[in-house]
Amino acid sequence: MPSVREIKRRIRSVKNIQQITMALEAVSASKVRRATAQALSARAYADLAIRVMGHITQASPPNTPLHPLLARRENVGTVTVALITSDRGLSGAYNTNVFRVARRFAERIGKPVRWVAVGRKGRDLLVRSREKVVAEFTELPAWWSIDRVRPIARLLNEEFMNGYSDEVYVAYTEFINTLTQQPRVQPVLPIVPEQEADLIHLDYMKIRREEAKNLGDYIFEPSAAAILEEIVPKFNENIVFELLLESAASEHSARMVAMRNASENAKALSSDLQLSYNKARQAAITAEILDIVGGVEAMRGVKPQSQPKAEPVKLESN
Amino acid sequence: MPIRVDIVTQEKLLFSEPEADMVLVPGVEGLMGVLPHHAPLLTTLAHGELIVRKGGAEESFIVYGGVVEVRPDQVLVLADTAESTYEVDLEKAREARENAERVMREGVPPDKSTVFVQELRRATLQEDVLRKIKSRGAAVRIRIPDEDKNGKK
Repeated sequence: MPSVREIKRRIRSVKNIQQITMALEAVSASKVRRATAQALSARAYADLAIRVMGHITQASPPNTPLHPLLARRENVGTVTVALITSDRGLSGAYNTNVFRVARRFAERIGKPVRWVAVGRKGRDLLVRSREKVVAEFTELPAWWSIDRVRPIARLLNEEFMNGYSDEVYVAYTEFINTLTQQPRVQPVLPIVPEQEADLIHLDYMKIRREEAKNLGDYIFEPSAAAILEEIVPKFNENIVFELLLESAASEHSARMVAMRNASENAKALSSDLQLSYNKARQAAITAEILDIVGGVEAMRGVKPQSQPKAEPVKLESN
Repeated sequence: MPIRVDIVTQEKLLFSEPEADMVLVPGVEGLMGVLPHHAPLLTTLAHGELIVRKGGAEESFIVYGGVVEVRPDQVLVLADTAESTYEVDLEKAREARENAERVMREGVPPDKSTVFVQELRRATLQEDVLRKIKSRGAAVRIRIPDEDKNGKK
Protein backbone atom coordinates (compact mmCIF):
# COMPACT_ATOMS: atom_id res chain seq x y z
CA MET A 1 0.00 0.00 0.00
CA PRO A 2 1.35 3.45 -0.94
CA SER A 3 2.29 5.78 1.84
CA VAL A 4 -0.05 8.48 3.11
CA ARG A 5 2.09 11.22 1.68
CA GLU A 6 2.19 9.47 -1.70
CA ILE A 7 -1.63 9.35 -1.87
CA LYS A 8 -1.91 12.94 -0.78
CA ARG A 9 0.28 14.00 -3.67
CA ARG A 10 -1.80 12.05 -6.16
CA ILE A 11 -5.00 13.60 -4.87
CA ARG A 12 -3.53 17.05 -5.40
CA SER A 13 -2.47 16.29 -8.96
CA VAL A 14 -5.86 14.77 -9.86
CA LYS A 15 -7.61 17.83 -8.51
CA ASN A 16 -5.36 20.08 -10.55
CA ILE A 17 -6.23 18.17 -13.70
CA GLN A 18 -9.89 18.39 -12.83
CA GLN A 19 -9.64 22.15 -12.60
CA ILE A 20 -8.09 22.33 -16.04
CA THR A 21 -10.63 20.04 -17.67
CA MET A 22 -13.48 21.95 -16.09
CA ALA A 23 -12.12 25.22 -17.43
CA LEU A 24 -11.66 23.73 -20.89
CA GLU A 25 -15.20 22.44 -20.79
CA ALA A 26 -16.58 25.88 -20.04
CA VAL A 27 -14.49 27.46 -22.79
CA SER A 28 -15.63 24.89 -25.33
CA ALA A 29 -19.27 25.35 -24.36
CA SER A 30 -19.15 29.04 -25.20
CA LYS A 31 -17.30 28.31 -28.45
CA VAL A 32 -19.99 25.86 -29.50
CA ARG A 33 -22.62 28.55 -29.12
CA ARG A 34 -20.65 31.04 -31.14
CA ALA A 35 -19.81 28.58 -33.91
CA THR A 36 -23.40 27.42 -34.36
CA ALA A 37 -24.66 31.00 -34.49
CA GLN A 38 -22.06 31.80 -37.12
CA ALA A 39 -22.99 28.74 -39.18
CA LEU A 40 -26.62 29.71 -39.06
CA SER A 41 -26.05 33.26 -40.29
CA ALA A 42 -23.76 32.10 -43.10
CA ARG A 43 -26.59 29.95 -44.37
CA ALA A 44 -28.57 32.95 -45.61
CA TYR A 45 -26.21 33.45 -48.53
CA ALA A 46 -26.36 29.84 -49.65
CA ASP A 47 -30.16 29.91 -49.45
CA LEU A 48 -30.46 32.87 -51.75
CA ALA A 49 -27.63 31.80 -54.04
CA ILE A 50 -29.39 28.50 -54.66
CA ARG A 51 -32.53 30.33 -55.67
CA VAL A 52 -30.65 32.54 -58.08
CA MET A 53 -28.81 29.61 -59.63
CA GLY A 54 -32.05 27.73 -59.90
CA HIS A 55 -33.62 30.61 -61.81
CA ILE A 56 -30.76 30.78 -64.24
CA THR A 57 -30.88 27.05 -64.81
CA GLN A 58 -34.58 27.22 -65.54
CA ALA A 59 -34.25 30.22 -67.80
CA SER A 60 -31.68 28.51 -69.98
CA PRO A 61 -32.35 25.69 -72.43
CA PRO A 62 -31.79 22.28 -70.83
CA ASN A 63 -28.40 20.56 -71.13
CA THR A 64 -26.50 23.71 -71.96
CA PRO A 65 -23.09 23.99 -70.35
CA LEU A 66 -23.72 26.91 -68.02
CA HIS A 67 -20.57 27.06 -66.00
CA PRO A 68 -17.60 24.70 -65.80
CA LEU A 69 -18.14 24.24 -62.07
CA LEU A 70 -21.65 23.02 -62.76
CA ALA A 71 -20.63 20.49 -65.40
CA ARG A 72 -20.76 16.88 -64.39
CA ARG A 73 -18.06 14.68 -65.93
CA GLU A 74 -18.80 11.35 -67.53
CA ASN A 75 -15.72 9.34 -66.63
CA VAL A 76 -14.53 10.06 -63.15
CA GLY A 77 -10.83 9.25 -62.84
CA THR A 78 -9.34 10.86 -59.79
CA VAL A 79 -11.21 12.51 -56.94
CA THR A 80 -10.13 15.06 -54.37
CA VAL A 81 -11.22 14.74 -50.77
CA ALA A 82 -10.72 17.55 -48.28
CA LEU A 83 -10.55 16.24 -44.73
CA ILE A 84 -11.62 18.73 -42.09
CA THR A 85 -10.11 18.06 -38.68
CA SER A 86 -8.80 20.17 -35.85
CA ASP A 87 -5.32 21.40 -35.09
CA ARG A 88 -5.52 20.42 -31.47
CA GLY A 89 -6.42 17.20 -29.75
CA LEU A 90 -8.23 16.66 -26.45
CA SER A 91 -11.46 16.40 -28.37
CA GLY A 92 -12.36 12.78 -27.86
CA ALA A 93 -12.85 10.75 -31.02
CA TYR A 94 -13.67 13.80 -33.16
CA ASN A 95 -10.64 13.58 -35.45
CA THR A 96 -10.39 9.82 -35.72
CA ASN A 97 -14.10 9.49 -36.47
CA VAL A 98 -14.11 11.81 -39.44
CA PHE A 99 -10.83 10.31 -40.66
CA ARG A 100 -12.28 6.82 -40.52
CA VAL A 101 -15.41 7.83 -42.42
CA ALA A 102 -13.31 9.56 -45.07
CA ARG A 103 -11.03 6.54 -45.47
CA ARG A 104 -13.95 4.20 -45.77
CA PHE A 105 -15.47 6.47 -48.40
CA ALA A 106 -12.21 6.48 -50.37
CA GLU A 107 -12.06 2.70 -50.27
CA ARG A 108 -15.64 2.40 -51.41
CA ILE A 109 -15.34 4.57 -54.49
CA GLY A 110 -12.13 2.75 -55.37
CA LYS A 111 -10.56 5.63 -57.28
CA PRO A 112 -7.24 7.34 -56.74
CA VAL A 113 -7.74 10.04 -54.13
CA ARG A 114 -5.91 13.34 -53.79
CA TRP A 115 -6.22 14.39 -50.17
CA VAL A 116 -6.40 17.95 -48.94
CA ALA A 117 -5.76 18.12 -45.21
CA VAL A 118 -7.46 20.90 -43.27
CA GLY A 119 -6.21 20.74 -39.68
CA ARG A 120 -3.00 19.29 -38.34
CA LYS A 121 -4.52 16.17 -36.79
CA GLY A 122 -5.97 15.06 -40.12
CA ARG A 123 -2.69 15.77 -41.87
CA ASP A 124 -0.85 13.58 -39.36
CA LEU A 125 -3.34 10.75 -39.69
CA LEU A 126 -3.17 10.86 -43.51
CA VAL A 127 0.60 10.99 -43.62
CA ARG A 128 0.87 8.13 -41.16
CA SER A 129 -1.35 5.95 -43.33
CA ARG A 130 0.72 6.90 -46.40
CA GLU A 131 -2.07 8.65 -48.29
CA LYS A 132 -1.34 11.14 -51.04
CA VAL A 133 -1.73 14.59 -49.49
CA VAL A 134 -1.62 17.31 -52.16
CA ALA A 135 -2.19 20.27 -49.88
CA GLU A 136 -2.48 21.04 -46.22
CA PHE A 137 -3.98 23.88 -44.25
CA THR A 138 -2.82 23.97 -40.66
CA GLU A 139 -2.68 26.59 -37.95
CA LEU A 140 -6.36 27.16 -38.46
CA PRO A 141 -7.91 30.35 -37.12
CA ALA A 142 -9.87 30.23 -33.89
CA TRP A 143 -12.77 31.79 -35.78
CA TRP A 144 -13.45 31.22 -39.42
CA SER A 145 -14.05 34.27 -41.53
CA ILE A 146 -14.76 34.16 -45.24
CA ASP A 147 -11.29 35.58 -45.92
CA ARG A 148 -9.69 32.55 -44.31
CA VAL A 149 -11.97 30.18 -46.23
CA ARG A 150 -11.25 31.61 -49.68
CA PRO A 151 -7.80 30.02 -50.13
CA ILE A 152 -9.25 26.60 -49.32
CA ALA A 153 -12.23 27.01 -51.64
CA ARG A 154 -9.96 28.33 -54.37
CA LEU A 155 -7.67 25.34 -54.07
CA LEU A 156 -10.60 22.94 -54.38
CA ASN A 157 -11.79 24.88 -57.43
CA GLU A 158 -8.38 24.56 -59.03
CA GLU A 159 -8.28 20.84 -58.35
CA PHE A 160 -11.47 20.53 -60.33
CA MET A 161 -10.92 23.15 -63.02
CA ASN A 162 -7.35 22.12 -63.85
CA GLY A 163 -8.50 18.57 -64.29
CA TYR A 164 -6.47 17.09 -61.46
CA SER A 165 -9.67 15.48 -60.32
CA ASP A 166 -13.18 15.04 -61.65
CA GLU A 167 -15.05 15.27 -58.39
CA VAL A 168 -14.35 17.07 -55.15
CA TYR A 169 -15.64 15.98 -51.76
CA VAL A 170 -15.36 17.39 -48.28
CA ALA A 171 -15.23 15.08 -45.27
CA TYR A 172 -16.59 17.07 -42.35
CA THR A 173 -18.46 16.50 -39.11
CA GLU A 174 -22.09 17.43 -39.09
CA PHE A 175 -23.25 19.12 -35.93
CA ILE A 176 -26.53 17.57 -34.82
CA ASN A 177 -26.46 18.63 -31.18
CA THR A 178 -23.99 18.96 -28.37
CA LEU A 179 -23.95 15.24 -27.72
CA THR A 180 -24.20 14.00 -31.29
CA GLN A 181 -21.97 14.77 -34.23
CA GLN A 182 -22.04 12.81 -37.44
CA PRO A 183 -18.99 12.57 -39.71
CA ARG A 184 -20.05 12.85 -43.35
CA VAL A 185 -18.61 13.11 -46.83
CA GLN A 186 -20.24 15.83 -48.88
CA PRO A 187 -19.84 16.17 -52.66
CA VAL A 188 -18.87 19.78 -53.38
CA LEU A 189 -17.86 19.92 -57.04
CA PRO A 190 -19.36 19.83 -59.57
CA ILE A 191 -22.14 21.88 -58.05
CA VAL A 192 -25.57 20.36 -58.42
CA PRO A 193 -28.01 23.04 -57.25
CA GLU A 194 -30.77 20.58 -56.45
CA GLN A 195 -28.52 18.44 -54.32
CA GLU A 196 -27.17 21.47 -52.48
CA ALA A 197 -30.70 22.54 -51.73
CA ASP A 198 -31.09 19.16 -50.14
CA LEU A 199 -28.00 19.71 -48.08
CA ILE A 200 -29.29 22.84 -46.48
CA HIS A 201 -32.71 21.36 -45.99
CA LEU A 202 -34.68 23.53 -48.34
CA ASP A 203 -37.59 22.98 -50.60
CA TYR A 204 -36.92 26.15 -52.50
CA MET A 205 -36.16 24.35 -55.72
CA LYS A 206 -39.55 22.71 -55.86
CA ILE A 207 -41.52 25.78 -54.89
CA ARG A 208 -39.51 28.06 -57.10
CA ARG A 209 -39.94 25.90 -60.15
CA GLU A 210 -43.69 26.40 -59.95
CA GLU A 211 -43.30 30.13 -59.46
CA ALA A 212 -40.80 30.56 -62.24
CA LYS A 213 -43.30 29.28 -64.76
CA ASN A 214 -45.61 32.14 -63.96
CA LEU A 215 -42.92 34.77 -63.92
CA GLY A 216 -41.82 34.64 -67.51
CA ASP A 217 -38.37 35.49 -68.70
CA TYR A 218 -35.64 37.10 -66.72
CA ILE A 219 -33.59 39.99 -67.95
CA PHE A 220 -29.89 39.31 -67.50
CA GLU A 221 -27.47 42.18 -67.17
CA PRO A 222 -24.92 41.90 -68.66
CA SER A 223 -25.58 38.20 -69.39
CA ALA A 224 -26.53 34.98 -67.66
CA ALA A 225 -22.99 33.70 -68.12
CA ALA A 226 -21.51 36.78 -66.43
CA ILE A 227 -23.84 36.37 -63.48
CA LEU A 228 -22.99 32.71 -63.08
CA GLU A 229 -19.32 33.57 -63.37
CA GLU A 230 -19.84 35.86 -60.41
CA ILE A 231 -22.05 33.75 -58.24
CA VAL A 232 -20.92 30.15 -58.74
CA PRO A 233 -17.43 30.46 -57.23
CA LYS A 234 -18.92 32.53 -54.41
CA PHE A 235 -21.49 29.87 -53.77
CA ASN A 236 -18.77 27.26 -53.63
CA GLU A 237 -16.85 29.35 -51.10
CA ASN A 238 -19.97 29.65 -49.07
CA ILE A 239 -20.57 25.90 -49.00
CA VAL A 240 -17.00 25.25 -47.88
CA PHE A 241 -17.40 28.01 -45.30
CA GLU A 242 -20.50 26.36 -43.94
CA LEU A 243 -18.91 22.91 -43.75
CA LEU A 244 -15.94 24.39 -41.89
CA LEU A 245 -18.20 26.16 -39.42
CA GLU A 246 -20.23 23.04 -38.91
CA SER A 247 -17.05 21.09 -38.22
CA ALA A 248 -15.86 23.77 -35.82
CA ALA A 249 -19.11 23.53 -33.87
CA SER A 250 -18.71 19.74 -33.77
CA GLU A 251 -15.10 19.99 -32.70
CA HIS A 252 -15.90 22.27 -29.79
CA SER A 253 -18.81 20.20 -28.61
CA ALA A 254 -16.76 16.99 -28.92
CA ARG A 255 -14.11 18.65 -26.81
CA MET A 256 -16.70 19.84 -24.36
CA VAL A 257 -18.07 16.33 -23.89
CA ALA A 258 -14.59 14.82 -23.66
CA MET A 259 -13.65 17.36 -21.02
CA ARG A 260 -16.82 16.76 -19.08
CA ASN A 261 -16.04 13.04 -19.02
CA ALA A 262 -12.51 13.80 -17.93
CA SER A 263 -13.78 16.03 -15.13
CA GLU A 264 -16.13 13.32 -13.97
CA ASN A 265 -13.40 10.71 -14.06
CA ALA A 266 -11.14 13.00 -12.12
CA LYS A 267 -13.85 13.48 -9.56
CA ALA A 268 -14.38 9.73 -9.17
CA LEU A 269 -10.65 9.14 -9.02
CA SER A 270 -10.09 11.78 -6.41
CA SER A 271 -12.87 10.42 -4.21
CA ASP A 272 -11.40 6.91 -4.56
CA LEU A 273 -8.03 8.27 -3.64
CA GLN A 274 -9.50 10.17 -0.73
CA LEU A 275 -10.95 6.91 0.54
CA SER A 276 -7.65 5.09 0.31
CA TYR A 277 -5.99 8.09 1.88
CA ASN A 278 -8.35 7.86 4.83
CA LYS A 279 -7.80 4.15 5.07
CA ALA A 280 -4.06 4.50 4.90
CA ARG A 281 -4.13 7.23 7.52
CA GLN A 282 -6.36 5.15 9.76
CA ALA A 283 -4.13 2.15 9.25
CA ALA A 284 -1.09 4.18 10.16
CA ILE A 285 -2.72 5.43 13.34
CA THR A 286 -3.87 1.95 14.26
CA ALA A 287 -0.42 0.60 13.63
CA GLU A 288 1.08 3.29 15.85
CA ILE A 289 -1.36 2.61 18.65
CA LEU A 290 -0.70 -1.09 18.32
CA ASP A 291 2.97 -0.38 18.53
CA ILE A 292 2.60 1.61 21.73
CA VAL A 293 0.18 -0.82 23.29
CA GLY A 294 2.39 -3.69 22.23
CA GLY A 295 5.40 -1.96 23.73
CA VAL A 296 3.59 -1.30 26.98
CA GLU A 297 2.34 -4.90 27.07
CA ALA A 298 5.82 -6.17 26.43
CA MET A 299 7.21 -4.04 29.22
CA ARG A 300 4.47 -5.08 31.59
CA GLY A 301 5.45 -8.61 30.86
CA VAL A 302 9.06 -7.78 31.62
CA LYS A 303 8.35 -5.80 34.81
CA PRO A 304 8.04 -8.55 37.47
CA GLN A 305 11.26 -10.27 36.43
CA SER A 306 13.55 -7.21 36.42
CA GLN A 307 14.04 -4.61 39.11
CA PRO A 308 10.61 -3.06 39.66
CA LYS A 309 11.92 0.15 41.26
CA ALA A 310 14.23 1.21 38.52
CA GLU A 311 11.61 0.90 35.76
CA PRO A 312 9.41 4.04 36.27
CA VAL A 313 12.50 6.23 36.24
CA LYS A 314 13.55 4.85 32.92
CA LEU A 315 10.09 5.49 31.38
CA GLU A 316 10.06 9.10 32.49
CA SER A 317 13.45 9.82 31.08
CA ASN A 318 12.11 8.64 27.76
CA MET B 1 -47.50 46.91 -53.27
CA PRO B 2 -44.33 47.03 -51.19
CA ILE B 3 -41.12 45.25 -52.09
CA ARG B 4 -39.32 42.83 -49.87
CA VAL B 5 -35.58 43.53 -49.61
CA ASP B 6 -32.96 41.11 -48.33
CA ILE B 7 -29.27 41.92 -48.28
CA VAL B 8 -26.93 39.05 -47.48
CA THR B 9 -23.17 38.79 -47.46
CA GLN B 10 -21.25 35.56 -47.43
CA GLU B 11 -21.04 35.72 -43.69
CA LYS B 12 -24.50 36.83 -42.65
CA LEU B 13 -27.88 38.32 -43.37
CA LEU B 14 -27.15 42.03 -43.21
CA PHE B 15 -30.55 43.58 -43.67
CA SER B 16 -34.12 42.53 -44.28
CA GLU B 17 -37.10 44.79 -44.85
CA PRO B 18 -40.42 43.26 -45.88
CA GLU B 19 -42.11 46.49 -46.90
CA ALA B 20 -39.82 48.85 -48.79
CA ASP B 21 -41.06 51.33 -51.40
CA MET B 22 -38.00 51.60 -53.56
CA VAL B 23 -34.48 50.26 -53.87
CA LEU B 24 -31.57 52.01 -55.59
CA VAL B 25 -29.13 49.37 -56.79
CA PRO B 26 -25.63 50.01 -58.16
CA GLY B 27 -25.75 47.54 -61.08
CA VAL B 28 -22.78 47.06 -63.38
CA GLU B 29 -24.77 48.71 -66.15
CA GLY B 30 -25.53 51.73 -64.02
CA LEU B 31 -27.57 52.83 -61.05
CA MET B 32 -31.04 51.26 -61.07
CA GLY B 33 -34.09 52.44 -59.23
CA VAL B 34 -36.29 49.44 -58.51
CA LEU B 35 -39.97 50.03 -57.86
CA PRO B 36 -42.67 47.44 -57.26
CA HIS B 37 -43.74 45.39 -60.30
CA HIS B 38 -40.32 45.54 -61.82
CA ALA B 39 -39.69 42.93 -64.51
CA PRO B 40 -37.69 39.90 -63.29
CA LEU B 41 -34.04 40.77 -63.61
CA LEU B 42 -30.66 39.41 -62.61
CA THR B 43 -27.60 41.61 -62.66
CA THR B 44 -24.14 41.79 -61.19
CA LEU B 45 -23.35 44.58 -58.77
CA ALA B 46 -20.75 47.29 -59.10
CA HIS B 47 -19.04 48.82 -56.08
CA GLY B 48 -21.30 51.55 -54.83
CA GLU B 49 -24.06 52.74 -52.58
CA LEU B 50 -27.29 50.83 -52.26
CA ILE B 51 -30.29 52.66 -50.81
CA VAL B 52 -33.54 51.24 -49.50
CA ARG B 53 -36.43 53.73 -49.20
CA LYS B 54 -39.52 53.30 -47.12
CA GLY B 55 -41.90 56.18 -46.51
CA GLY B 56 -39.75 59.19 -45.78
CA ALA B 57 -36.99 57.08 -44.31
CA GLU B 58 -34.04 55.41 -45.95
CA GLU B 59 -31.25 52.98 -45.21
CA SER B 60 -27.89 53.16 -46.92
CA PHE B 61 -25.31 50.45 -47.58
CA ILE B 62 -22.01 50.24 -49.36
CA VAL B 63 -21.72 47.07 -51.44
CA TYR B 64 -18.56 45.75 -53.03
CA GLY B 65 -19.68 43.59 -55.92
CA GLY B 66 -22.07 40.66 -55.99
CA VAL B 67 -25.33 39.76 -57.66
CA VAL B 68 -28.84 41.10 -57.30
CA GLU B 69 -32.08 39.41 -58.24
CA VAL B 70 -35.11 41.57 -58.85
CA ARG B 71 -38.63 40.19 -58.90
CA PRO B 72 -41.92 42.05 -59.03
CA ASP B 73 -42.26 41.96 -55.26
CA GLN B 74 -38.75 41.23 -54.09
CA VAL B 75 -35.12 42.29 -54.28
CA LEU B 76 -32.41 39.84 -53.22
CA VAL B 77 -28.93 41.24 -52.87
CA LEU B 78 -26.07 38.75 -52.70
CA ALA B 79 -23.14 40.98 -51.89
CA ASP B 80 -19.54 39.81 -51.82
CA THR B 81 -18.98 42.26 -49.04
CA ALA B 82 -21.29 44.95 -47.77
CA GLU B 83 -21.51 47.26 -44.83
CA SER B 84 -23.96 49.67 -43.37
CA THR B 85 -22.91 53.18 -44.34
CA TYR B 86 -23.59 54.37 -40.82
CA GLU B 87 -20.83 52.14 -39.52
CA VAL B 88 -18.24 53.75 -41.76
CA ASP B 89 -16.11 56.49 -40.28
CA LEU B 90 -15.11 59.34 -42.61
CA GLU B 91 -11.89 60.02 -40.77
CA LYS B 92 -10.84 56.38 -40.87
CA ALA B 93 -11.69 56.14 -44.55
CA ARG B 94 -9.59 59.21 -45.32
CA GLU B 95 -6.67 57.83 -43.32
CA ALA B 96 -6.93 54.50 -45.10
CA ARG B 97 -7.03 56.22 -48.49
CA GLU B 98 -4.06 58.44 -47.73
CA ASN B 99 -2.12 55.52 -46.40
CA ALA B 100 -2.86 53.42 -49.49
CA GLU B 101 -1.95 56.31 -51.78
CA ARG B 102 1.33 56.88 -49.97
CA VAL B 103 2.28 53.22 -50.11
CA MET B 104 1.49 53.08 -53.82
CA ARG B 105 3.51 56.21 -54.53
CA GLU B 106 6.46 54.74 -52.71
CA GLY B 107 6.14 51.55 -54.71
CA VAL B 108 4.63 48.29 -53.55
CA PRO B 109 5.99 44.80 -54.07
CA PRO B 110 4.00 43.37 -57.01
CA ASP B 111 2.52 40.53 -54.95
CA LYS B 112 0.97 43.05 -52.56
CA SER B 113 -0.24 45.56 -55.12
CA THR B 114 -3.77 44.13 -55.49
CA VAL B 115 -4.26 44.45 -51.75
CA PHE B 116 -3.50 48.14 -51.85
CA VAL B 117 -5.48 48.77 -55.02
CA GLN B 118 -8.48 47.20 -53.27
CA GLU B 119 -7.85 49.16 -50.13
CA LEU B 120 -7.66 52.37 -52.12
CA ARG B 121 -10.85 51.63 -54.04
CA ARG B 122 -12.68 50.77 -50.88
CA ALA B 123 -11.59 53.82 -48.94
CA THR B 124 -12.28 56.17 -51.87
CA LEU B 125 -15.76 54.75 -52.27
CA GLN B 126 -16.46 55.08 -48.55
CA GLU B 127 -15.43 58.73 -48.64
CA ASP B 128 -17.50 59.44 -51.74
CA VAL B 129 -20.61 57.86 -50.31
CA LEU B 130 -20.31 59.64 -46.98
CA ARG B 131 -19.81 63.00 -48.70
CA LYS B 132 -22.80 62.36 -50.94
CA ILE B 133 -24.97 61.60 -47.93
CA LYS B 134 -23.77 64.74 -46.21
CA SER B 135 -24.55 66.92 -49.20
CA ARG B 136 -28.04 65.53 -49.74
CA GLY B 137 -28.79 65.81 -46.03
CA ALA B 138 -29.07 62.73 -43.87
CA ALA B 139 -32.55 61.24 -44.02
CA VAL B 140 -34.30 59.43 -41.20
CA ARG B 141 -33.19 55.82 -40.97
CA ILE B 142 -35.62 52.94 -41.35
CA ARG B 143 -33.97 51.01 -38.59
CA ILE B 144 -33.04 52.45 -35.27
CA PRO B 145 -29.79 50.61 -34.65
CA ASP B 146 -30.20 48.19 -31.78
CA GLU B 147 -27.00 48.19 -29.81
CA ASP B 148 -25.01 45.01 -29.43
CA LYS B 149 -27.86 42.63 -30.05
CA ASN B 150 -25.69 39.55 -30.43
CA GLY B 151 -22.85 40.79 -28.28
CA LYS B 152 -21.00 42.08 -31.32
CA LYS B 153 -17.79 43.95 -30.67
